Amino acid sequence: MALANTILQRRNARAGPHEDGDEVRREPAAVRFLIVALAVAFLVVFLVLPLITVFQQAFMHGLWPYLAALVEPDAVAAIRLTLVVAAISVSLNLLFGLVAAWAIAKFDFPGKSVLITLIDLPFSVSPVIAGLVFVLLFGAQGYFGAFLQAHDIQILFALPGLVLATVFVTFPFVARELIPLMQEQGTQDEEAAISLGASGLQTFFRVTLPNVKWALLYGVLLCNARAMGEFGAVSVVSGHIRGETNTMPLHIEILYNEYQFTAAFAVASLLALLALVTLIAKVLLERRAAAE
Amino acid sequence: MDIGIHNVTKRFGAFAALDNVDLEVRSGELVALLGPSGSGKTTLLRIIAGLEWPEQGRILFGGEDASERSVRERNVGFVFQHYALFRHLSVFENVAFGLRVRPRASRLRESELRERVERLLDLIQLRSIADRYPSQLSGGQRQRVALARALAIEPRVLLLDEPFGALDAKVRKELRRWLRNLHDNIHVTSVFVTHDQEEALEVADRVVVMDEGRIEQIGAPQDVYEEPATAFVHAFIGESIIIPVTVEKGAVLHAGKPTSLGAPDVQTGPARLFIRPYDVGIGMPVNAALQGTVQRLHGIGAARRVEILLADSDQTIEVDVPRAHEVTAGQRVGIVPLRYRVFADG
Repeated sequence: MALANTILQRRNARAGPHEDGDEVRREPAAVRFLIVALAVAFLVVFLVLPLITVFQQAFMHGLWPYLAALVEPDAVAAIRLTLVVAAISVSLNLLFGLVAAWAIAKFDFPGKSVLITLIDLPFSVSPVIAGLVFVLLFGAQGYFGAFLQAHDIQILFALPGLVLATVFVTFPFVARELIPLMQEQGTQDEEAAISLGASGLQTFFRVTLPNVKWALLYGVLLCNARAMGEFGAVSVVSGHIRGETNTMPLHIEILYNEYQFTAAFAVASLLALLALVTLIAKVLLERRAAAE
Repeated sequence: MDIGIHNVTKRFGAFAALDNVDLEVRSGELVALLGPSGSGKTTLLRIIAGLEWPEQGRILFGGEDASERSVRERNVGFVFQHYALFRHLSVFENVAFGLRVRPRASRLRESELRERVERLLDLIQLRSIADRYPSQLSGGQRQRVALARALAIEPRVLLLDEPFGALDAKVRKELRRWLRNLHDNIHVTSVFVTHDQEEALEVADRVVVMDEGRIEQIGAPQDVYEEPATAFVHAFIGESIIIPVTVEKGAVLHAGKPTSLGAPDVQTGPARLFIRPYDVGIGMPVNAALQGTVQRLHGIGAARRVEILLADSDQTIEVDVPRAHEVTAGQRVGIVPLRYRVFADG
């Protein structure tokens, strides 16, 4: 309260006679305190407390049970699978996102607005539906089911299915980051490069890519966080085979349903850590980008 | 390298950005494309560069058809309105860009490249800040870097799109004088686009005045000002008093009354009378071409600005009258155009 009052006094001292319009925005100190307190309380209850709870639950029985839950073979398999799926999906989406954003921002073609809407589709479709779509396509009764069985290709309940579902769900992240930036930058830099004799590839790698590198990294970061945390779509196509097709989120769910709370939260704490690392990396990235 | 532009037409949807344009730019010349926005001047420049493709017509470089060649193969230096410097590269690397992306076979050795870039940085007087990045430069410095970058590839033709458009007035004046000197030293055939008539008249050897996708007049700076070929050029370049009149068998009528002015080459019908504000004599109403009433006097300097309400109409014109000349508000005066032009409407 005291601080709010001092600020109020300082503002009054600075305000000239012609700044009367400011009067409207000047809330009483009590009201402002209430608003700030509400915001902080909300943050604590919905964001900080859950995070603390995860770690508290994970370490409830001490460090050893925590570590034991992490080195248990099924947990190790889940962590490895999550890393593999994320690595493949993020690489693919880096490529797709870059190509899609480049096409949309630098060229005019019929159906462009349809493409932009389609890119956003994974954001508006429930991940469970995304998973079901792949079951319909590649399942035993699906469109390609007979063909896949005849050629002994396993997509569902295996790594390809997990990657497909994850790629679908995380598709918009990279493209969404890049499209507005690329549109704002326009095509003059590219035109300049070409007029100076650069080829298409040279223009892309020497001009277009460096111009968007921070936004691209940021998109990859978000894409990766989502890829590792994805539950719904992956759950549908995984088949939940322990030690084989369970990713970390699926593994956590199984442990939780079996009342192995310490183990569940131990693995969960890794995902929470990933979130924290992502946040820190995001802040660092934004600083670097702003510094340039 | 001379540039030939033959029957070039370019449409954006239903809008004709360029309508059958013909233009010859002589080797070593500095030509200005002057016109209001939407007149097609930038489109023409981009077509010369190969950044835009015409629906019809041909572009010749040194008599050789360049229409089928891409911008990459045309070897033109293009300076963009907003510079389009590569923000992640230093001044040095920006200038060196065109040399670094050459095919391996014709790439310069690093020492030769450094020498060439440094010579260009000396030319634009920015060698001391070669390590800075575009964001650390002023507008004028950026423009000079953009120019050096375009010159680095030893272009056959230099094209500049509103080169001074984004600069403040003082820097703009300095820079255009500098560009003129630079051109006198290196003699590369250059075309620049501008909407600023002062800039075009000061810098260019010849001015091409454009409007609505067509060339209105091509001529030396003095000619387009003193001998405007069309009503548009007269109105666009310099100040003009424009009075609607009718022409009947070579005689000019204002508000239905004879004016003693003649326009023998203009066909009968509605027309407009163009006079420069300083080409007007003020005298007795009797026997003057036009009559009017002085409304207001203002202005400083050698001449005063006099607002005159024309008789038989509600049009007010502004004329420059020497300070020594006695005029007072409310006075009825005769208006005698010393030099004038009449252009038929339509």
